[in-house]
Amino acid sequence: MAPLTRTETSRSVIERRAFSWTWLGVAPFFLFVAAFLIWPTLSIIAQSFLDQERRLSLQNILELGRPFIVSSYVYSLQLSAVTAIGGGALGGLLAYAITIGGLPRPLRDAVLSFSGVASNFAGVPLAFAFIATLGQLGVVTQWLRSVGINLYPAFSLYSFWGLSIVYIYFQIPLMVLIMGPAFEGMRREWREAAESLGATSWHYWRYVGLPILLPSILGTMVLLFGNAFGAHATAFQLTGGGSQGNVVTILIGAQISSDALANPGLGNALALGMIVIMGVCIGLYTWLQRLSARWLRS
Amino acid sequence: MLKRFWSWFWFIVGATYFLVPLYATFDFSLRARRGDLSFAAYANVLNDIRFVESFWFSLQTALATIAISALVIVPTAYWVQLRLPRLRPVVEFFTLLPFVVPAVVLVFSLARTYSRTPLTDSREGLWVLLVGSYVILSFPYMYRAVDTGLRSINIHDLTEAAQSLGAGWFTILARVIFPNVYVALLSGAFITFAIVMGEFTIAALLAQPAFGPYMNRLASSRVYEPSALAIISFALTWAAIAALQWIGQGSQARVAGPR
Repeated sequence: MAPLTRTETSRSVIERRAFSWTWLGVAPFFLFVAAFLIWPTLSIIAQSFLDQERRLSLQNILELGRPFIVSSYVYSLQLSAVTAIGGGALGGLLAYAITIGGLPRPLRDAVLSFSGVASNFAGVPLAFAFIATLGQLGVVTQWLRSVGINLYPAFSLYSFWGLSIVYIYFQIPLMVLIMGPAFEGMRREWREAAESLGATSWHYWRYVGLPILLPSILGTMVLLFGNAFGAHATAFQLTGGGSQGNVVTILIGAQISSDALANPGLGNALALGMIVIMGVCIGLYTWLQRLSARWLRS
Repeated sequence: MLKRFWSWFWFIVGATYFLVPLYATFDFSLRARRGDLSFAAYANVLNDIRFVESFWFSLQTALATIAISALVIVPTAYWVQLRLPRLRPVVEFFTLLPFVVPAVVLVFSLARTYSRTPLTDSREGLWVLLVGSYVILSFPYMYRAVDTGLRSINIHDLTEAAQSLGAGWFTILARVIFPNVYVALLSGAFITFAIVMGEFTIAALLAQPAFGPYMNRLASSRVYEPSALAIISFALTWAAIAALQWIGQGSQARVAGPR
């Protein structure tokens, strides 16, 4: 018995050493992520539960109830919802049109390539583009004026609806890029099977197509929601970064320079609120993707 | 027939939404000289020393970001596939975290956490924070690109072959793995390039003289030059994405960077 035990021990020692060396291979990655992402984020989350004297307190969280903060969260949530639904609907229809809608193949490739560019065309230059289009002196504004329609002052690019129109510009291509492959994953046999049973186009979409695609559509819209909720540069350029009655990201950005005047814990709590909302979005997205993966090949 | 009609209808609606602002911006950018169309706005922008400086600054930042990201991601993705396959979901999770933590929250956390350290008290320190955040933002694209690239080659055989010829880990990575994932790496690099060149939030909040903040400041003093910049910026994004698609990763969905 004795020699056998010895061999076993020595083998497990070797394995243990190999184990620790193996882990060393991914250490640089985890150290980097820890230093530049995990540690700062966790410390912000932790600090939002501490008061000025570093005692445990819910004071910062309760401060989120201040009217201007609540209205800012409501504004951001509404903006994200409107642009996720609007961009999702338009992008979804466009994705349908270029995949199984029967348009020529080159159009599909052109739209997909363009979407790759347009989904990355955001922030400051996108704001410039819309100022040149729908601003007071914008090309479309001027053109409408020449045919007798005055957009201003009823409409403003710097208002809620103006901002929504700009955000939808980067939401549509994202929806196209994700839903395009999903539409292509729909199998021809499903439709043929439905038709052989006497289903009309309406029946097919109502009882087969839509139920299969629904998790994917909803999931992508949730992603668009988070995408708009985290946006900062576009809104900053259009609204000038004032701290009142504005999107949450601008409120947080304004907190960086102003920790001397205001309550530093408030910024932490604002950031915590955003992380929670984004976390819920990504969690929901992952869950819905898993549901849709059962059906779609892509 | 009806289906065809609606397809064309939605295609035209989408194309209008996409193209009208681009056309308007281009049109607007040509009107710097009253009464005629000219490229004067472009000339003004390109001759502005602050344009050249901020562009050069962002270019250096982008190259540093890509280099560091590649040096961290390639060995990690290689090692995870070779030895720690169980760790893949964990690494994937960490590379996807930048989607949960928006850029503005990331820069806020970094500025708060490292306040009153050399990282925030010196110019070099702030640049380190800037590059560090960009590397984090590049991880989702770089990791996915490299991971896919590694899957298409047989890293187990390549590693064993190299080892049997007496190569150490450094040699294997530098002379076997890197050259083999070079193309995949490039596709991650181009998307990172596009993101860093246009990024505003992190650069502005860390008070860095980058291209994004320069564009933002220009808008307060000029009328036509910003649209010329928007066109230049669009062309730059287009070039980066075209290079990426040309490399052959095709239309794999790109979830875009910070806005």
